[in-house]
Amino acid sequence: MATRNPRRFDSFAVSRRQTLAGSAALLAASAWPSRAQAPRRGGRFVVAADSEPRNLNPAIVASNGVFHVASKIVEPLAEAAYGTKDGLAPRLATSWEGAADGLSATFRLRAGVTWHDGKPFSSADVAFSALEVWRKLQNFGRVVFKDLSAVDTPDSATAVFRFAKPTPFQLIRNALPSLTAVVPRHLYEGTDIGANPYNAKPVGTGPFAFAEARPGEYTRLVRNRTYRDAGQPFVDEIIYRVLPDRAAATGALEAGEVHLAAFSQVPLDDLARVGKVPGLQVVTKGYEALTYQLVVEINHRRKELADLRVRRAIAHAIDRDFVVRTVFLGYAQVSDGPVPKNDPQFHAAGLAMPGFDPARANALLDEAGYRRDGRGVRMRLRLLPAPFFGETKAFGAYLRQALGAVGIEAEIVGNDTPGHIKAVYSDHAFDLAVGPPVYRGDPAISTTVLAQGGLPAGVPFTNQGGYRDEAMDALIARAASTLDEATRTELYREFQRKVVADLPFINVAEWGFTSVASRKAHNLDTNPRWPVSNWADVWLEA
Amino acid sequence: MSRIARILVRRLAGIVPVAVIVVGGTFLLLEAAPGDAVDAYLASTGGDRALVEELRRAWGLDAGPLARLWLYISALAHLDLGWSVAFSRPVIEVIGQRIANTLLLMGCSVALAVFVGSLLGVVAGSRPGSAADRALSLGSLALYAVPGFWLGLVLIVVFSVELRWLPGGGFETIASGLTGLARAGDIGRHLALPVAALGSIYLALYLRLMRAGMVEAWRQDFVRAALARGLPRRQIVWKHVARNALLPVITMVGLQAATLLGGSVVVESVFAIPGLGRLAHEAVVQRDTPLLLGVILTGAGLVILANLAVDLLYGWIDPRVGAGAETMA
Repeated sequence: MATRNPRRFDSFAVSRRQTLAGSAALLAASAWPSRAQAPRRGGRFVVAADSEPRNLNPAIVASNGVFHVASKIVEPLAEAAYGTKDGLAPRLATSWEGAADGLSATFRLRAGVTWHDGKPFSSADVAFSALEVWRKLQNFGRVVFKDLSAVDTPDSATAVFRFAKPTPFQLIRNALPSLTAVVPRHLYEGTDIGANPYNAKPVGTGPFAFAEARPGEYTRLVRNRTYRDAGQPFVDEIIYRVLPDRAAATGALEAGEVHLAAFSQVPLDDLARVGKVPGLQVVTKGYEALTYQLVVEINHRRKELADLRVRRAIAHAIDRDFVVRTVFLGYAQVSDGPVPKNDPQFHAAGLAMPGFDPARANALLDEAGYRRDGRGVRMRLRLLPAPFFGETKAFGAYLRQALGAVGIEAEIVGNDTPGHIKAVYSDHAFDLAVGPPVYRGDPAISTTVLAQGGLPAGVPFTNQGGYRDEAMDALIARAASTLDEATRTELYREFQRKVVADLPFINVAEWGFTSVASRKAHNLDTNPRWPVSNWADVWLEA
Repeated sequence: MSRIARILVRRLAGIVPVAVIVVGGTFLLLEAAPGDAVDAYLASTGGDRALVEELRRAWGLDAGPLARLWLYISALAHLDLGWSVAFSRPVIEVIGQRIANTLLLMGCSVALAVFVGSLLGVVAGSRPGSAADRALSLGSLALYAVPGFWLGLVLIVVFSVELRWLPGGGFETIASGLTGLARAGDIGRHLALPVAALGSIYLALYLRLMRAGMVEAWRQDFVRAALARGLPRRQIVWKHVARNALLPVITMVGLQAATLLGGSVVVESVFAIPGLGRLAHEAVVQRDTPLLLGVILTGAGLVILANLAVDLLYGWIDPRVGAGAETMA
């Protein structure tokens, strides 16, 4: 989503491959020559889906689950790309420019685009989507576009966003791929947008059009014959087959019934075996802008945890290399702060995250006055690992052991998804929690809320640990209203240094997902948000 | 006729208390589970405070549990099953789309289990203690001990991944354009593995029941008399021994209707068949109370209907049952 240096990605990809089993690396290498083949038109691309979003309108619900299907139908203004200016490639907008005063942003739009129902697309659709949908209804648009006051449309191919308060264009630009899906005004205007029937059967401008959905079975998209790029999209249909059982999804891949299982639907511990199955490939590229962060959330209301020495001791107790090697089987990177290393735009170099040092942890805990009792226990804590991913649960089990080694007895409290959300983010009934926040390409969208004080209870994936620091809040507020890109970036680097020093939460690792796919399918990693991009260039061998 | 009517009335009257207990119990259980439908939804989207409040209001979760229970029951009295927030559709519609799949899967599996199970039971019971009896008993018990999801996965690996004879999941070929018999054949191919998985696990029960009934029947005087009269063994096995052993098998069918609905959660997930079992699972995960209640009420209704059919069948197979019903009534 953000500006990204392509060389960085190459080295990233290679370092990952080196961690794979030797045979998997060989398979990956042998896939390269086939990429030179000429794309073939036609075929049905079958994709495993483990869930079905009830609302397929990405303008309202900006989430990867929705994008996985909807990004093929409904297009954003721009998409993330490797090695381009700003790390973006044009979609509905062909160029974008922010005014120096931060009060306006101008988008030139693509001409001659039509909606899937044949009506022409124009700047009025962009104005309507921005004002009525992103700003009012969208889960993250409500933050990014909160000061959007009007959208001028001097002609059908120009949209000028007007902001009531200066808004950093860097933020708007970084939000383009995920928060700016444009929906047709003629189908939404004057309706209850949240309950509009087209939310379940979206109409867009993308390379694929919605055909039908059979709940519990599949969603079918068909090729948009009038798509602007000659010859694209290559495949005739995309089918999302609902396969709730992960082992069965792996079986369907092996049986050749499914071409792709994205978002690590095939569990990590199956990858080594599945990677050796003839006809299948493991793809790790294409997830760089969809980074998830493994974070230990801390409840600062516990007096022990309000003590920085205890938090530092916890950070010292965690062996990050071990976590990456064992919990993630190498498919992750060690984290050194609240911005992932694969975002060079914002990541601060040389962060002093406390490293693995149990002796130092023990000394800090002694110093803080939490001595071991007769059974070697300094304190007892409740640990709530998020149940969303196998890796968050596995890390919870590791953390319990790691803490036990320094005399902190953690009791794991297991919940299902809604139970966990309520316990941690509404009831604050935790001491430590393991969470997987998503990094959304700009710290203002999803990262600073993890450290900002005074946020209301009940909002998931925000600071619900009671951490409140005036200097931190002032820093976050300053960064949010700073227009100059260099200054803004520097403020977010300062933010990272402060998080690592204060440890309101502890970053452990950051990971992208993996895809397992048929070798007959090509172009499965062509941009850093590949699984949630439009797939116009995907093609299948006969 | 009057006997059948009496059975019908008694059974139907039984539905009301069952429904009340089911609704109250399920509601309380789901209420006791931490987190609500909004929490479940936010896990995949996130959102700010105002959005959270708007959702709670829109989904009617801002009212207290008692108020919601009362609303649900009064709607139910008008045969309105309510609105599913997880699917953004009326519950009746969501269930309607799935019930046929579950009934087909369930019906075929019970039929397979009963038919093959009792047939093998007759083979085993015709000469208790023989080599065939021992082999069948052992084999069926081994099958019964196998967990459903595992058997399902093994069938997928063997018949779908390795041999590629049958599809490994789904209800029918997606957007195949098939109609009539061709479509029925396609559905049959897709259901072969799940029916085999579900049916073969329960097959053992019927085999054991049939065999046990027959072993007992062999000791009865009338069988001994038949043997003494020199009737052909085949005739004794089928007419005298097997027929008398059939009754507990039929009782079991009624009891199994409930088990099969529950067992299908696992098999439906493994084989990706959109049925009621999976729907119930999704309803719990999403904390969609009206949907879960709808599924459970539907399940309860199906079980009651199955037992009704069994009662009627008793009367037809065994005249003594009818007499009993009359004195009991």
